[in-house]
Amino acid sequence: MGLEMFEAFSPWNVLPWLVVLACCEASSGVNTSSNSSALQTPNAWFAASSSDPDERISVFELDYDYVQIPYEVTLWILLASLAKIGFHLYHRLPHLMPESCLLILVGALVGSIIFGTHHQSPPVMDSSIYFLYLLPPIVLESGYFMPTRPFFENIGSILWWGGLGALINAFGIGLSLYFICQIKAFGLSDMHLLQNLLFGSLISAVDPVAVLAVFEEARVNEQLYMMIFGEALLNDGISVVLYNILIAFTKMHKFEDIEPVDILAGCARFIIVGCGGVFFGIIFGFISAFITRFTQNISAIEPLIVFMFSYLSYLAAETLYLSGILAITACAVTMKKYVEENVSQTSYTTIKYFMKMLSSVSETLIFIFMGVSTIGKNHEWNWAFICFTLVFCQIWRAISVFVLFYVSNQFRTFPFSIKDQFIIFYSGVRGAGSFSLAFLLPLSLFPRKKLFVTATLVVIYFTVFFQGITIGPLVRYLDVRKTNKKESINEELHIRLMDHLKAGIEDVCGQWSHYQIRDKFKKFDHQYLRKILIRKNLPKSSIVSLYKKLEMKQAIEMVETGILTSAAFSARVQGTKRLSPEDVESMRDILTHNMYQVRQRNLSYNKYNLKPQTSEKQAKEILIRRQNTLRESMRKGHSLPWGKQAGTKNIRYLSFPYSNPQTARRDLRAAESTGNWMRLISVFLQRIWVPGSIAQDPC
Amino acid sequence: MGSRASSLLRDEELEEIKKETGFSHSQITRLYSRFTSLDKGENGTLSREDFQRIPELAINPLGDRIINAFFSEGEDQVNFRGFMRTLAHFRPIEDNEKSKDVNGPEPLNSRSNKLHFAFRLYDLDKDDKISRDELLQVLRMMVGVNISDEQLGSIADRTIQEADQDGDSAISFTEFVKVYQSPLDFKLNFAQEGGADWGLEKCLKVLILFIIFFLIFQSQVLEKVDVEQKMSIRFLH
Repeated sequence: MGLEMFEAFSPWNVLPWLVVLACCEASSGVNTSSNSSALQTPNAWFAASSSDPDERISVFELDYDYVQIPYEVTLWILLASLAKIGFHLYHRLPHLMPESCLLILVGALVGSIIFGTHHQSPPVMDSSIYFLYLLPPIVLESGYFMPTRPFFENIGSILWWGGLGALINAFGIGLSLYFICQIKAFGLSDMHLLQNLLFGSLISAVDPVAVLAVFEEARVNEQLYMMIFGEALLNDGISVVLYNILIAFTKMHKFEDIEPVDILAGCARFIIVGCGGVFFGIIFGFISAFITRFTQNISAIEPLIVFMFSYLSYLAAETLYLSGILAITACAVTMKKYVEENVSQTSYTTIKYFMKMLSSVSETLIFIFMGVSTIGKNHEWNWAFICFTLVFCQIWRAISVFVLFYVSNQFRTFPFSIKDQFIIFYSGVRGAGSFSLAFLLPLSLFPRKKLFVTATLVVIYFTVFFQGITIGPLVRYLDVRKTNKKESINEELHIRLMDHLKAGIEDVCGQWSHYQIRDKFKKFDHQYLRKILIRKNLPKSSIVSLYKKLEMKQAIEMVETGILTSAAFSARVQGTKRLSPEDVESMRDILTHNMYQVRQRNLSYNKYNLKPQTSEKQAKEILIRRQNTLRESMRKGHSLPWGKQAGTKNIRYLSFPYSNPQTARRDLRAAESTGNWMRLISVFLQRIWVPGSIAQDPC
Repeated sequence: MGSRASSLLRDEELEEIKKETGFSHSQITRLYSRFTSLDKGENGTLSREDFQRIPELAINPLGDRIINAFFSEGEDQVNFRGFMRTLAHFRPIEDNEKSKDVNGPEPLNSRSNKLHFAFRLYDLDKDDKISRDELLQVLRMMVGVNISDEQLGSIADRTIQEADQDGDSAISFTEFVKVYQSPLDFKLNFAQEGGADWGLEKCLKVLILFIIFFLIFQSQVLEKVDVEQKMSIRFLH
């Protein structure tokens, strides 16, 4: 099923591409003349061999032209993958700089190779190719991995910040640059207001998720994570919508003819485009969730359905000039909850990995193309414009962050501290999105397009490298709780205990804002939506069924092996033994590395990688250990004979000293032997750890 | 669910709970609706199974002990007052409360009561001492299966050794409290981050320091890790 997505790159699609490219040559700016020469020069090479009638069968032929595009694209992707492998081998590096840095460097490398050998790069970047093939996977991936519950809890703040922030940034930067352009001395006076506004809108497309990996280990709180995520999600969509509207304005006959009516129409269009896109996305999400209800016998096509429907929502929205990005995001968010419950385990994993793979391929291609454009002759440098662009980007971002958050803090239950706001401000790293939009500006409408591209590149390089590298130490510095103080073992133990205790009590209280609304939605969901969209024969409550299965398994085990008494631990008579500092140090290390993590309210999202869930392993161990206590409570109604109270010896491995003695380790080993049980645990855990799909718990 | 909650909770009861625990009116109503949503049997009390149905609590290593803390000795059901009484321990300490009347009964969320709560998680047999066995139990619960018994034993020994002052190889409540006597101070220590680019980072830090020093003061980031903050939850209105 993955082959469908790669159709674009397979050899027999090259011919239509070449036709498309030939048509688009008039509108796309770069490589116009070089395209035609590229097509002609290799042809001239082989003209001799192909035009002559074949008199003899040749034993060995070379036809590079036939495979050039897919061949080079594949080489690029491989090169980027090798670079990523190398990047992660030195394990400290991912914490120092975001992976975008690496991709840009690879792109610059490829660009310099191409430039140096005067080779013609494959024309990967074109308006239709970008918007139809490269952009949807990126947006789909960020929408799919969005943790839904925190998103909806914070949706007010996210819409306020994401929506208004993008608008303020775009118009602010555009207007300030316009005023700079009015100053005659800089030689920029031929750029009128619309062009500057357009530039403002494309330069305000941030990609803050790229830096999340850098401060992953400094425990950024969940709210902050959510704001950064939400902003990244909405930002692309809003920039593209703005971009399209402003291009439509630019295409109108005369700039001076624009009246307030047009501006109002523009605003109305903005809202309609946004909301219409979301609406489309939700509809397609429900349809695909409904279809996955019936796929239990052909689970191999489940990933296909997910991908095709998301893509379809994008295309359908684009047909009507609605925002495809918002459509695909809404589709992913809606679909995820139901699809994950319907779909088989392997399909679920396939979907996750495939999405990551697609989006990473797209992004790699865009960055490489960015590198290729950097090393070239298509630049126009203007000190004033570029420096002021940089300055205004920072200033306007700071203004929008602090003003908008000041307002939203008045209404929030958990207001954001200045430290959080500063981190949000500093994470405004530009990425592939702004470069693509700049690159695809039509040259006919923007005679100074090269200046825009150069300025965009400078901003991207600056933010990615400077801000990306310094944000790690900055966050670690600000997050003062994680400094290198040496705690005694006592303190570590007690602090961890308190953290677990606090997390447990919070879970008992059910700390959600908008509790009523969520409750109402859950009720509606339970009564109507789930009946339609979810398969019939799933267990009603995963927890209860899991425990029952655990208990049954343990019952069987005990019959088979008899009730063992594990070795009583010898009460050590130990005097106050002097421990050297190294011993204490190693002891502390053992403790820190092995103590269970507190229930992660903090989400761990990595844009480029799907890390194996260490929390699953931890949760498995805890569940096994608690079997015994749970058995006690489940016992009512069961006719199992054993109920002896164990002696108080060997209470080590149990939560409470009143069950049969069983060692946790033995349980674990025994458990591993049954694959079925493992699957049950992982399915159960996904229902907890994949936020948003907790709907299974009987509420 | 919301409307049902407020009608079942009588006003006098609400006043009593408010006086006893210090929660506000809206907080109590909200927690009552949470209580009723957990109460499947709809008999006005929660049993242990109701707590165990909370999925996140199932994977909390201290889940059982936390659940147990809600129930008083020998009881199997907890009503709303008991529920609130336990939760009251986690109310944040307000500044205006600290200097309230010294003569009245100690509020449930005082520092000492918070520490008592934590102490009771360790001390199962309620003899006011954490013995080596009890400590070992808790350690084992909080640690994975990769640590051998001997290592765990020596960690427990070391813990007792650090805290024990009267030499009875057990931690009493006063000794437990002493761990938190001096707030764990911290140092803005950034010399440890190093490696290849230590020089670059240090220069950048000096630059950044000037910019954000003011912001740090503003944000009261210089909090001290202490009990009051660790064992306090922000209850929603």
